[in-house]
Amino acid sequence: MAEVPEPTHRRRAHTSGRDLERYAGLFAERTGVMRSSAMRDLMAITARPEVISLAGGLPDTSTFPPQSFAAQMTRIAQESAAKALQYGPTEGFEETKDCILEVMGAEGMLPDHDDVIVTTGGQQAIDLVCKTLLDPGDVVICEAPTYPGAIPTLCSYQADVVQVECDEDGMKVELLEDLLADLRAEGRRVKFIYSVPSFQNPAGVTMSLQRRRQLVELARAQELLVVEDNPYGLLRYGGEPMPPLYQLDGGDFVIYLGTFSKILSPGIRLGWAVAPPPVMEKIVLGKQAADLCTSTLTQYFVREYFAERRWQHYVSDLIEIYRARRDTMLEALRTYFPAEATWTEPEGGLFIWATLPDYIDTSDLLAKALRADVAFVPGQAAYVDGRGSHSMRLNFSGVDEDEIREGVRRIGKVIAEQVDLYGTLTGEQRLPEPEQDSTPNVVPFRKAGEAG
Amino acid sequence: VKVAVLKGGRSLERGVSLRSGARVEDALERLGHAVLPIDVGPDLVKRLVAEQPDVAFVAMHGVGGEDGTVQELLEILGVPFTGPGAAACARCMDKVQAKDAIELAGLETPGGLKTPDWFAFNQTAFREFGAGDALGRLEETLGFPLVVKPSSGGSSLGVKFARSPAEVPQALVSAFSYDDRVLLESFVDGRELAVSILGDEPLPVVEAILLQGDRYDFEARYEIGRTRFACPAELSAEEERAVTEAALGTYRALGCTGFARVDLILGEDGPWLLEANAIPGLTDTSLLPQAAEAAGLSFEQLVERILDLALEPAAA
Repeated sequence: MAEVPEPTHRRRAHTSGRDLERYAGLFAERTGVMRSSAMRDLMAITARPEVISLAGGLPDTSTFPPQSFAAQMTRIAQESAAKALQYGPTEGFEETKDCILEVMGAEGMLPDHDDVIVTTGGQQAIDLVCKTLLDPGDVVICEAPTYPGAIPTLCSYQADVVQVECDEDGMKVELLEDLLADLRAEGRRVKFIYSVPSFQNPAGVTMSLQRRRQLVELARAQELLVVEDNPYGLLRYGGEPMPPLYQLDGGDFVIYLGTFSKILSPGIRLGWAVAPPPVMEKIVLGKQAADLCTSTLTQYFVREYFAERRWQHYVSDLIEIYRARRDTMLEALRTYFPAEATWTEPEGGLFIWATLPDYIDTSDLLAKALRADVAFVPGQAAYVDGRGSHSMRLNFSGVDEDEIREGVRRIGKVIAEQVDLYGTLTGEQRLPEPEQDSTPNVVPFRKAGEAG
Repeated sequence: VKVAVLKGGRSLERGVSLRSGARVEDALERLGHAVLPIDVGPDLVKRLVAEQPDVAFVAMHGVGGEDGTVQELLEILGVPFTGPGAAACARCMDKVQAKDAIELAGLETPGGLKTPDWFAFNQTAFREFGAGDALGRLEETLGFPLVVKPSSGGSSLGVKFARSPAEVPQALVSAFSYDDRVLLESFVDGRELAVSILGDEPLPVVEAILLQGDRYDFEARYEIGRTRFACPAELSAEEERAVTEAALGTYRALGCTGFARVDLILGEDGPWLLEANAIPGLTDTSLLPQAAEAAGLSFEQLVERILDLALEPAAA
C-alpha cells in the first residue's frame, strides 16, 4: 500500500470573522432563521452535572433490563449478522411494520402495511412531511405553544407558522374555521395543521373528543391535511383513552407520526409515518434522498424485542414510574410555587406547563435558576413570535422523585424572590404564601395567550 | 512555553468562554506551545500548583473570570497571566469605580469622552431601603427610554429597555436575575463602536450595524445575520481620532494591560463610553479577533502577542 502522509488534524475552531462573512454569502436563504443564541448559551449550562435538569425530554431508559438487551443483540449477531449489517428497503422492513401495527393497534388503529414508512426517529417523520408538502411561504398551523423541536424543522422549510391557542382541552379547534378563511382572504396557502393531540409537548394537555371530531371534519371538508404527532399516546396515567385523529378520520386527511422513542428507546432512532398512498409515494422518495433507509440494525433490535412479547409490560412499568413522578411534581408545584402561578395537570406524557405572573420573563428567570443549579425550558422556545415568555416547560420523566421535589423547590424559591422584588418595586401588596394544602390552580396558559 | 488555558467556570457566559478557550488552545498548539486546558472549578489552585505552568491564558468571561477574582489568585500564586491585572479587571467590571477613575484622569471634556448618566442599585436597596420610592426621581433625571442592565454582564443577557415608568419594575426584575447589582442608564443614540486595544495600541474600530429588528433588541446584536460588523468602521479622520483617543484614555485610566475592548456609542456630539471589557470574547465571531485581522494579525499572531505581553510586560 502506498505511503500516506500523517494527516494533520483540521480543527473546526479555525474560522475567523472574515471567513464567516465569506461563508455567509453562500448560505441558503432558509438558514437565515436562527434561534436566540443567548438562550442557547444558557441551555449549555444545564449540562453541568450539579444542575437538576427539568429541561430535558428524556424518557428513563435506566429500567430497561441489560440482560434482555444483551440477549437480543446476541441473537441478532448469531442469526442475522449479515442482514443486520446490510442496507434495507427505504420503506423499512415488513417485520418492523408488524411491530408498528401492534403499537398502533394498542390505540385502536390498524393501517395498511403499505401506508407505513419506517423513519429515523419521529423527528425525521416531521422533516419528511415538511419536505413533501411545503413550498417556502406555505402556512402551517400549529398549537400555541407547540413542540419546540418542530420549530427548527418548519423554519428550515421556510414555513409561515401560525399558532392557535390551546386550553386544557387542547387546540381551540373552533377558532380554525375563521382563521382559515382569514388566511385565504390574505392569499396565504395553508398546507397542514400540525398537532400533538395527546399529552402535548410542551403543554401536557389533551385534545377533547369533541374537538378531535371537529378537527377531522374540518380537514375533510376543506381538504386539508392534519399531521398528528403521537409520541406519548400510550403513556396515560389517568382518565379515559382518547381515539387518535387517525382513527376518527380513517386516514384520508390525517398523516400519523409515531415513534419507539418513548415506549422503548430514543437511542435506537426509530419512528414512523402513516400517510395516504399518494402522499406516501412522495415521502418515500424524500426518505430515499435523505438517508436511503433507516438503520437496519435497530430495526432488527425492535423485531427481536417485540418477539419477546414483553413490550406492553415494559410500557406498563414506565407508566407506573412516570405516574408517580408526575404526582410528585404536581405536589411539589402546589407546595413551592407561588399562588399566582398556574400549571397544567397532564393525564400522561412527560411534561407540565407552568405559567407565572406576566412581569416574570422565564428566559431571565432561567439565569437565576441556573445559579441555584436547576433548569427548565423557557416558554418562548415553544412559540415562533416571542410569546410564552411567562411560561416554562417542566419535564418529570427524566429525573427521580427526590430530584423533582428539590428541583421544583429551587425554582419556586427563585420565583418567590422575583415576586417579592416586584412587589417591593411597585408597592403592591404581596400575595400570601401558598398554603401547604391549598387546591391547585389549574387553569393553564390563558393569561399567557391573552397577554401575547 | 507551558500555557494553562483557563476557561469555563460557573459564569453565565460559560458557553462563550468555552468557545474562546477552545480556539485559543488550538492556536497555542499550532504555535508549538504545551497547552494545559483547565475548566475552572474548585481544583484550580491545586492544579496550577501541581502543573506549574509558565503562564496562564485567561479565556473566561463574566463573574469570577473577568472581575479580578481569578487574576487575584494568579497574582498570589505568582503565575503570569494574559490580559489586565486584578485591580484593572475589578475597575472594568464595576461601573462606579470605572467612572471615578475616568473622572480622576480628567477624560471627560466637552469635545471628548462622555459617560451616560446612570444609577447603580443592589437588591438590598430595593428590598430593605425602599429604593423603589426613588425610582420616579431617578427616571426624571435619566429620561426615557432608559436602559436597565445587570452591572457585571458582558453580553446582551438581561439587558432591557424601558420606554415608560410602567416598564421599569419588570426590567429590574429581569436584570436582577443575572446579578445582585443593576444599572439604570440613560439611553444614548448613535453608532455602536468597539475599540480593541492590544498592548498600548488601538486596533481598527469595529462597528456593529443592526440589519434586522429594532435598536432596542439587544439579542439581535449577537446573532449572525441580524447584525453585520464593519471593520474598519467608516469614520472620518476626526471621528476616528476622537473615538480612538477616548478608548485609549479609558483603557489607561482603568489601568488595563495586555488587552481590553472599549465599547462606545458615537453620538452627534462625540463618543460616549458604554463599558470596558477586560476580557473580550475570542470566538470566531468576536470583535477583538476581527479587529486584529483588520490590522493584519492572524489569530495565531494575536494569541502570540497576547502571550508575549503577559510574559514580558516591560519589554512589550
